[in-house]
Amino acid sequence: MATAAVTPEREHYLNQEYGIKSWLLTTDHKRIALLYLVSITFFFFIGGFLALLIRLELLTPAGDLVLADTYNKLFTMHGQIMIFFFLIPSIPAVLGNFLVPMMIGAKDLAFPRINLLSWYIYIAAGCLMLYCLGTGGVDTGWTFYTPFSTAFSNTRVVEAGLAIFIAGFSSILTGLNFVVTIHRMRAPGMTWTRLPLFIWSHYATSIIMLLGTPVLAITLVMVVLERTLHLGIFDPRLGGDPLLFQHLFWFYSHPAVYIMILPSMGVISEIIPCFSRKRIFGYNFIALASISIAVIGFLVWAHHMFVAGISLYSALIFSLLSYLVAVPSAIKVFNWTATMYKGSITFSTPMLYAFGFIGLFTMGGLTGLFLAALGIDVHVTDTYFVVAHFHYIMVGGAVMGYLGGMHFWWPKISGRMYPENWGRLAALIVFIGFNLTFFPQFILGYLGMPRRYWQYPPEYQVLNVLSTAGATILAVGYLLPMVYFLWSMRYGKIADDNPWGASGLEWMTSSPPPTFNFEETPEVTWEAYDYANIPAPEEVQVGG
Amino acid sequence: MFDNFPLWPARASVGAANVDALYIFLVALSVFTCVAIFTMILVFAVKYRRRPGVVAEQIEGSNALEITWSVIPMIIFLFIFAWGAVIYFHERTPARDSAQIYVVAKQWMWKLQHEEGVREINELHVPVDRDVELIMTSQDVIHSFYVPAFRIKQDVLPGRYTTFWFRATKTGTYHLFCAEYCGTQHSGMIGQIVVMEPAQYEAWLSGGPSIPLPQAGQKLFAELGCSTCHRADTQGRGPSLEGVFGKPVMLEDGRTVMADENYVRESILTPAAKVVKGFKPVMPVFQGLVSDEQLNALVAYVKSLSQPPPEQGVKRASATPLP
Repeated sequence: MATAAVTPEREHYLNQEYGIKSWLLTTDHKRIALLYLVSITFFFFIGGFLALLIRLELLTPAGDLVLADTYNKLFTMHGQIMIFFFLIPSIPAVLGNFLVPMMIGAKDLAFPRINLLSWYIYIAAGCLMLYCLGTGGVDTGWTFYTPFSTAFSNTRVVEAGLAIFIAGFSSILTGLNFVVTIHRMRAPGMTWTRLPLFIWSHYATSIIMLLGTPVLAITLVMVVLERTLHLGIFDPRLGGDPLLFQHLFWFYSHPAVYIMILPSMGVISEIIPCFSRKRIFGYNFIALASISIAVIGFLVWAHHMFVAGISLYSALIFSLLSYLVAVPSAIKVFNWTATMYKGSITFSTPMLYAFGFIGLFTMGGLTGLFLAALGIDVHVTDTYFVVAHFHYIMVGGAVMGYLGGMHFWWPKISGRMYPENWGRLAALIVFIGFNLTFFPQFILGYLGMPRRYWQYPPEYQVLNVLSTAGATILAVGYLLPMVYFLWSMRYGKIADDNPWGASGLEWMTSSPPPTFNFEETPEVTWEAYDYANIPAPEEVQVGG
Repeated sequence: MFDNFPLWPARASVGAANVDALYIFLVALSVFTCVAIFTMILVFAVKYRRRPGVVAEQIEGSNALEITWSVIPMIIFLFIFAWGAVIYFHERTPARDSAQIYVVAKQWMWKLQHEEGVREINELHVPVDRDVELIMTSQDVIHSFYVPAFRIKQDVLPGRYTTFWFRATKTGTYHLFCAEYCGTQHSGMIGQIVVMEPAQYEAWLSGGPSIPLPQAGQKLFAELGCSTCHRADTQGRGPSLEGVFGKPVMLEDGRTVMADENYVRESILTPAAKVVKGFKPVMPVFQGLVSDEQLNALVAYVKSLSQPPPEQGVKRASATPLP
């Protein structure tokens, strides 16, 4: 048994108050971040469990583990839970909530009560989703395509639609809170060009949340109304248009991909300078790239519809715009790489995740170039090629960024260090497991295996077995951090205020921070990533 | 062993070779980019790892570099865009002198009918080296007609026609998949495309008794009473349909529309939607009164009224006397 710290404990946000009520009624952004952390972790493991069942079913060509209807519900609810209840809230609601006020030198977000409200809304939506899962589930695919969802599915479409509708308000409120906070609550001297890039990426994300989510909400309401009252918005027999649904749905759901990836890019922009001991290369360009992605991202939605029956000319325009949105992403990758040039690099766990992020995001981005090419898309859309591509972005990219960020800021959040060697091992396992799971799916897709298939022709089996094997490795990689994070909360080494020697106001306060973050409001007189004037920590292990 | 572990899909159409060429280019580009970036990261990670007494050199950035690595990718992206667009444009250019196949998709089967009248389910026989055009609609949800060996797919929608064409280059049997999720047996909505030598195909076509689709349409045209108003001599209450298909039509409200399959379909089901200039919206609504198969026959008949006098292939239906 280890003993608790002997020195009298300093007061901070974790020990200021105790008891369940002090958590459920808190308005402290850091505590709300932890409420989110627990909730999204719960949904992540539910979604992950569904994914494992999917992969087990696909181990053999015949549909032999679960029934066809069950399989359809598995991939539907895997998608809905992972996207709306894990990925979209993940970095913004946990790390963003925790860090946005601290990084700009504020005491809290602009609307602390609304912040708590957004968590309750999320929980209400999550309960409805669990109810939906527990009472039979939904089988429309996460995309709810009409007229299947409105007139043909016999499952809990209304419940699932409403759950996602409600969850949307949680993300709108979070976005609103961030935008107002970043505009109004920056500490003296914290000008826009001194903001950490994490803030820029969260600002861009918040804009998408504010402008995109209402469109999804309206669309889902229309699905629910059409299903219950037979309005005929999407029903061709009543003069409606099923393609209208797809336009509305992707108008939100393509930008939603950037809600998932932009915050990760923000995390990477913090980690790489820190472990290279360098100012980030091309600060202005990375900040501008985030905003461009948010803006252009709204103009590419119909690239999901190249074979859906849109006109030749709209397909040409949307293909062209899709290539435009690839440029700012490329710029970021080049700048991160250039940041390492002439640095003084160490290889702690967050940096390993950053390397993993760059690798997987680059592959995800490059395969996006395949899909934006009209001629190729006609062949590979709706196949496993697409499945592989978006997992490289949304799991390879977004989740690597999330885990990297969790390790990077864990000392600040918990006041304890995670075990470094276990961390490195888990990062390696995640990277290997991920590639083994999803790389074979690119080949499967080009061979022509359609997505959402419960059974498949036998010649696709070998690649599916590889993919399933990878998924089990990936599962281990995801379970490990949960175990050692929990372990470290009690037994981890006590963390310094700034164990990485990182820049950023959040590192200038104690670990864990006091309830109002800073003893006195900081005054900023330096640029972001001022690593020339921050000494590297001695304790950090050198070399790989 | 490789029968069970293919790494490249069968290639059996003109378009497939084009798609593969761009795909190979993109794979090469991706490998090059990945190797370049990963090598740089590796080299920096080793060369600039922390060493005692060595501090990082602070570098703000470089506008020249930023512009370089924005403009060069942009040029490459535009090149890929253009290449992909050319393939797509080619795929969407209407076929010439094609064999016409009418497809009706439903949960969970493909119903296919040749212009010559032969019907098939989940299996489609087509001739090699000839354009084959598919005119498709769905009875229920959205499906997608996907033939990996041809590198082509097209969603099939309820309430309208979508079309595409291919030209098979190799005889054989190929997968047909439904690629748009459509419910319980989505993965069971599969079939095969059998590509045959033209002579074999002709023999197969004449294998069973069947009425050519335009002829069936003509019969229906008379039975439903269409022929009383849509008369060939332009004296009827409705416009004459001779030579209309494939040409622009002036509407009463001043717009012009192309008389394609979807226009004919809409004009049968909801005639008041687009009324031809000089006529009154007096035609009764046929929504719910004719099946998708009957609609296909009527469309095939209207199309046949615009085809040049028969040289080969399908005979002009109006030239055949009514039974």
